[in-house]
Amino acid sequence: MAGNTNGRTDYDVIIIGGGPGGYVAAIRAGQLGLKAACVEADKLGGVCLNIGCIPTKALLSSALLVGELKDAGGHGISFDGFTADLGPAQKRSRKVASRLSNGVSFLLKKNRVDHVEGYGRLLGGGAVEVEKDGEKRRITAGDIIIATGSRPRSLPFLQIDEERIWSSTGALFQEQAPETLVVVGAGAVGMEFADIYNAYGTKVTVIEALDRVLPLEDKESSRAVAQAFKRRKMDIFTSARVESTVARDEGVTISFTDRRGKAHTLDVDYVLSAVGRIPNTEDIGLEAAGVKLTERGNFIAIDEATRTNVPGIWAVGDCAGNQLLAHKGMHEGVVAAEHIAGVGHHTVDYGNVPNCTYCHPEVASVGLTEEQAREKGLDIEVGKFPWAGNGRALAAGDSTGFIKVIRDKRYSEVVGAHIVGPHATELIAEFVMARHLESTVEEIDRAMHPHPTLSEAVAEGALGALGRALHI
Amino acid sequence: MEALSPTMEEGQVVKWLKGEGDAVAQGDILAEIETDKATMELVARGEGVLRRVFVGEGAAAPVGDVIAIIAPEGEDIGALVAGLGGGRTAAADGAGASEADAGAATEAEAAAAKTPEASVAPVPDPTPVAPTTATPPTPTRVKASPVAKRLARDAGLDIATLQGSGPGGRVIKRDVEAAARAAAAPPTAAPAPPVSPWPAPSDTEFEDIALTQMRKTVARRLGESLGPVPHFFLTVDVDMTRALAARKRVNELLAARGAKASINDLVIKAAAVALTHHPECNAWWQGDSVRRFHRAHIGVAVAVPDGLITPVVRDAQAKGLGQISTEVRELAGRAREKKLQPHEYTGSTFSISNLGMFGIEEFTAVINPPEAGIIAVGAVEERPVAVGGEVIVQPRMRVTMSCDHRVIDGAQGARFLATLKSFLEEPAAILM
Ligand SMILES: Cc1cc2nc3c(=O)[nH]c(=O)nc-3n(C[C@H](O)[C@H](O)[C@H](O)COP(=O)(O)OP(=O)(O)OC[C@H]3O[C@@H](n4cnc5c(N)ncnc54)[C@H](O)[C@@H]3O)c2cc1C
Repeated sequence: MAGNTNGRTDYDVIIIGGGPGGYVAAIRAGQLGLKAACVEADKLGGVCLNIGCIPTKALLSSALLVGELKDAGGHGISFDGFTADLGPAQKRSRKVASRLSNGVSFLLKKNRVDHVEGYGRLLGGGAVEVEKDGEKRRITAGDIIIATGSRPRSLPFLQIDEERIWSSTGALFQEQAPETLVVVGAGAVGMEFADIYNAYGTKVTVIEALDRVLPLEDKESSRAVAQAFKRRKMDIFTSARVESTVARDEGVTISFTDRRGKAHTLDVDYVLSAVGRIPNTEDIGLEAAGVKLTERGNFIAIDEATRTNVPGIWAVGDCAGNQLLAHKGMHEGVVAAEHIAGVGHHTVDYGNVPNCTYCHPEVASVGLTEEQAREKGLDIEVGKFPWAGNGRALAAGDSTGFIKVIRDKRYSEVVGAHIVGPHATELIAEFVMARHLESTVEEIDRAMHPHPTLSEAVAEGALGALGRALHI
Repeated sequence: MEALSPTMEEGQVVKWLKGEGDAVAQGDILAEIETDKATMELVARGEGVLRRVFVGEGAAAPVGDVIAIIAPEGEDIGALVAGLGGGRTAAADGAGASEADAGAATEAEAAAAKTPEASVAPVPDPTPVAPTTATPPTPTRVKASPVAKRLARDAGLDIATLQGSGPGGRVIKRDVEAAARAAAAPPTAAPAPPVSPWPAPSDTEFEDIALTQMRKTVARRLGESLGPVPHFFLTVDVDMTRALAARKRVNELLAARGAKASINDLVIKAAAVALTHHPECNAWWQGDSVRRFHRAHIGVAVAVPDGLITPVVRDAQAKGLGQISTEVRELAGRAREKKLQPHEYTGSTFSISNLGMFGIEEFTAVINPPEAGIIAVGAVEERPVAVGGEVIVQPRMRVTMSCDHRVIDGAQGARFLATLKSFLEEPAAILM
């Protein structure tokens, strides 16, 4: 038998779920010479590649282009009868998704991972039952990684039917932009779809229960994005409570109260529910295997090395909680595979997971918000560098937003970094690296940044946190 | 007085097995000590001569107290004895060991006592302290994160002395924080390296050899082990008749593949399978938890020109003798050339040291932390044994297990050894 299996089991490791957490774990296991199987009930690539990160980013690229073209007079570009049609953009988005999904299949082959089609359930003691078309078979391994992901949450007063009341998935399969849309939930997913539909001409209203959009971000980031969205003629209600939604054949009636307690009723074409996700932790045999869940949220409880309470069973990605982000899941996948193979002993640094929202302006952050840093009693200095001070941003005509750097005064550590504006989601990586290497703010500045680029603003933000930004 | 159980606060000397003036080698049993749980053996951590015994048979001493001194023959221990302080000196002077209240038997702990002593003893020949115009330190590149450097400066720690846990030994924030915490904690029994208060004799009968990096690491690791790790030892004597026959047969079969297994390879295999039956012995002590492993990654001690390294045979429980033998040979070869990758000598869950090839009959091995156990394998020798009332000659081999008592209890260690012995005495049982 190939690989390192001891002959008593079919595989060294079985991975249940082929999303970013699972397929990356499988690739790494294969690289390390383990005999691995990846059980996937649907399409390889999971939510991320098929109905999450990738197709939304394809649509957001389309939306950005639409916005730029509408505004292209200054570049000497003009149109007669400008139209923006969501149908072809959706088609393009599907093509990108299926290309990447096939890519995953290739990567598994390349790393000699068996792709097992079917639905997996733990049977306890290293065994997994795989069900496909009503037939069940049993495979065994020394270790098992659970990577079953998550699904959209339905609320009692907001029942997803994907007809009139969509989840993100429904919103990804519309051929046409409707006239009116209410987005409930102003997290990353809600804000991204608001952006897309707004660009294609839909009148978008965003309703958020907490006191600001992107409530996990720094307050200043939330404010900057809310302002930008309002300029794009979107309505935003924060601290608002949805009371009921009634779906009819031709539309939806949604009732909510705003921050002052005033009642509103809107008749719209569609409602998008983007109120969060719940883990796929039922009906996968966790009880049979004795795997414990977290008290809150029914996520699989793991430690920083992705171990569950049962030796030999690991969990990665959305089903294991913490940040529900693809890159977090991928990192966990690598850590799990390496621990199983007995190489490397690093763990996941949950304090250094970047957060990104790809609407326009883009928002990205890592580490603590200013508020959190102050609550923790840290002695901090905050620098904020506006894009208006950056030549490249002005040249590109995109100067909304800022880079904000929070520095711990004692050791000059980067406590947090927050970016709103052009390519924020790319630029944040420099702060992730700085934090990972435990760089001080001074060092970010001393490393020379090319001119004229957006990256100069990273150094300026760092200088700002030392009270001496140059171009402001 | 060494802590021989995790809960021990005081120990009573039941019996001294060495007397004052006896030569002592590292690993020798010095005394039997009654703890809160059982009577345990107190083992010498260093070598020399048992110069002074402070706590007589029947007397007790709290953990951490000096109970005897082991020092080189002829070395002046007067100052040391004096330095043990009022009450102890009196006890020592009276030589009435039984009335003494003092403690520890280790050279290291005795040495630790030198440090306070040095500050109170009269300095006969005061040498000038460091000149005020100190030469600037040579700048060496220390692998450390910028934040760690600042933290260290703040905490008054020399970053160059810290052990890094980042990639390639890079010192990162958590290392400095841990060191700062350790520095702030009340002093523990683990002694600081002694500063010798005695001038080195000025003759040429010795040679000072600078420590190689390897030697330093060995010393540090041993210190880590012998200091805080409470060892105890268990020995079994194994009839190797069937093991030798099995090895012979296996080698006939392996010959076609050009492989050849040694007795040690068989011990590795047998121990690994036995460990999967006794995971409590296949474990790491992690300070605040014990990690038990389901697979046995066996560290195999290999002597290299300037020290010792333990490359790891991963999943030895699942490998055939041919593969184990090939791997061990290959790893040992590269170990001697210093070409091992870090992952090839880290991550072991249990270790094996074999000095049989040197004719060593029986010895004890030092635990390789964070592992909780190691077995020391002696030579296979023809020895007379009594079987069913008759004396016959059999090939026998002694295996001594060192256990970290914080992880393994006597009975657990004994059960593991019984399984191992049964596997070696009937190798077919490994297949069951
Ligand atoms: C609209 C949207 C946009 C997003 N955008 C981003 C983004 O830009 N950046 C980002 O980082 N994250 C984004 N996310 C989140 C990201 O998609 C998830 O964090 C990520 O997909 C989680 O990966 P996973 O491997 O844990 O699980 P999933 O991607 O959910 O994959 C789980 C897989 O397991 C399979 N499965 C489940 N149960 C079983 C079983 N019992 N047997 C066999 N197979 C099973 C499923 O079919 C699925 O393929 C987005 C999510 C959504 C919904």
